Amino acid sequence: MRILTVCGSGLGTSFMVEMNIQQLLNEMGVNGVEVDHSDLGSATPERADVFFLAKDIAEGGASLGNVVVLDNIIDLNELKTKLTAVLKEYNLL
Amino acid sequence: MDKFLKVLVDVLSEPSVLIALIALVGLLAQRKSLSDILRGTTKTFVGFLVISAGAGVLAGALAPFGEMFKAAFNVSGIVPNNEAIVALAVNEYGSSTALIMFFGMIVNLLIARFTRFKYIFLTGHITLYMSCMISIILTVSGFTSVPLILFGALTVGIFMSLSPAVVQPFMRKLTGNDNVALGHSGAVGFAVGGWVGMLVKGKKEITSTEKINFPKGLGFLRDSTVSIALTMAVFYVVVALFAGADYVESNLSDGKNHILFALLKAGTFSAGVFVILSGVRLVLAEIVPAFKGISSKIVPNSKPALDVPIIYTYAPNAVLIGFFSSFAGGIVSMLIMAMTGGIVILPGVVPHFFTGSAAGVFGNTTGGVRGAILGSFANGVLISFMPILLIPAFGELGLANATFSDSDFGVVGVFLSGLYNMGGKMFTMIGIGLVLLIMLLVSLRKQNSKAEQASEI
Repeated sequence: MRILTVCGSGLGTSFMVEMNIQQLLNEMGVNGVEVDHSDLGSATPERADVFFLAKDIAEGGASLGNVVVLDNIIDLNELKTKLTAVLKEYNLL
Repeated sequence: MDKFLKVLVDVLSEPSVLIALIALVGLLAQRKSLSDILRGTTKTFVGFLVISAGAGVLAGALAPFGEMFKAAFNVSGIVPNNEAIVALAVNEYGSSTALIMFFGMIVNLLIARFTRFKYIFLTGHITLYMSCMISIILTVSGFTSVPLILFGALTVGIFMSLSPAVVQPFMRKLTGNDNVALGHSGAVGFAVGGWVGMLVKGKKEITSTEKINFPKGLGFLRDSTVSIALTMAVFYVVVALFAGADYVESNLSDGKNHILFALLKAGTFSAGVFVILSGVRLVLAEIVPAFKGISSKIVPNSKPALDVPIIYTYAPNAVLIGFFSSFAGGIVSMLIMAMTGGIVILPGVVPHFFTGSAAGVFGNTTGGVRGAILGSFANGVLISFMPILLIPAFGELGLANATFSDSDFGVVGVFLSGLYNMGGKMFTMIGIGLVLLIMLLVSLRKQNSKAEQASEI
């Protein structure tokens, strides 16, 4: 499965969320998930199965497909809950 | 032996190779697998070359803009855009930038380990851009080789530790805890937003921006490719109109219609930034996670300083109000510069968005709606006039029609070039050393007072 994290210019925030997802995946011992980050402009539906983005750009990313919106991007607990749900959906957990 | 040495020097003065080696060190330190090491090192190497390629695209759009602006208004017009100026500087200053960044991150780790400034600055692109600016200014000030890297790295490391500290009082108020910090080059502007908010809040209960209804539907502004292309199109077309069809078509566009030419070049500008951003992303892909991993081992009680959008969700209305108000500050400043007949700094949509919105959020935290509007306006004025002070410090690059955009570039740049102008290289070195010493003394005093408190109990 592929996850793409997205933010306005694809430099800082999306990269941070990507690193947090990697860390959570390691902690949960989940393999076979590719995580990458991108700017809003280059994010297209075929680039990933699931897209993680913050609430403030949810409007711009709505057309991407399977989108997970984070209310608070620094809240690791929220990320963990939402990531777990996604992993269960894809039978990886 | 001499031949070998020459090859070694050649290799190490090639910035793309140097930055790839830094990534390699990071990957080795994390004990990654061979395939990860090979992939990561190669991507970093290619990423740097992508930045250089983007610089070529961007220069092709920036040069005619500069010429049209001169022809139209008889003064220079400068676009503040970090990606643009970094890419233009990277061929000449790339090697020193890479080394200053690498050792600067180590200085940041050491400061976090041994002083009370516990911030680990994780916004990698800002570290890269700041290292580039410091490399330019110190080189123009006559620094070379080891002193250039040493004092450059010290300055970057100090910036990485102090900049989050400046905003932290407001971050605590906004987030309600002290665990996360803000790592961005707009810190002084954000703090100004917060201070202005405190000044204007008045005696009555403050009204938060989030209590008012504000139109949505400006989400496309968050797509930097779109927002840069649109705003640059406005600037290019206006400048082309003032320069006149005759001038543009006979000197620049080879007979092509001047409006069409302006639109194409505005698009090319955005294309250049797009390419540069992809390069920056590749360059940082391995370096930042390595830095994060190592920092969590060496400084376990550190506070991560993260990119500015982490605060946007706390006050979405203040984000939009802050952007518009900061941009208005930029336009007012531009008109003042145009009337006084000096160099004109154009209001860039990217810096006003990212820094204005944050100044708005902090202005709202301390002073409600009034704080958000006036605080971000002050940030807009600040980031418009700061670049003018920097131009002489950049030597030849000061004339490049592009410059660094956020407030901290101005503060660090003016600090370094001001010291140099007062007393040459010696003053620069003493100044940097003094700041570091003050940070150490502040930490010692705090530790003492903590120890005293403990002994009283």
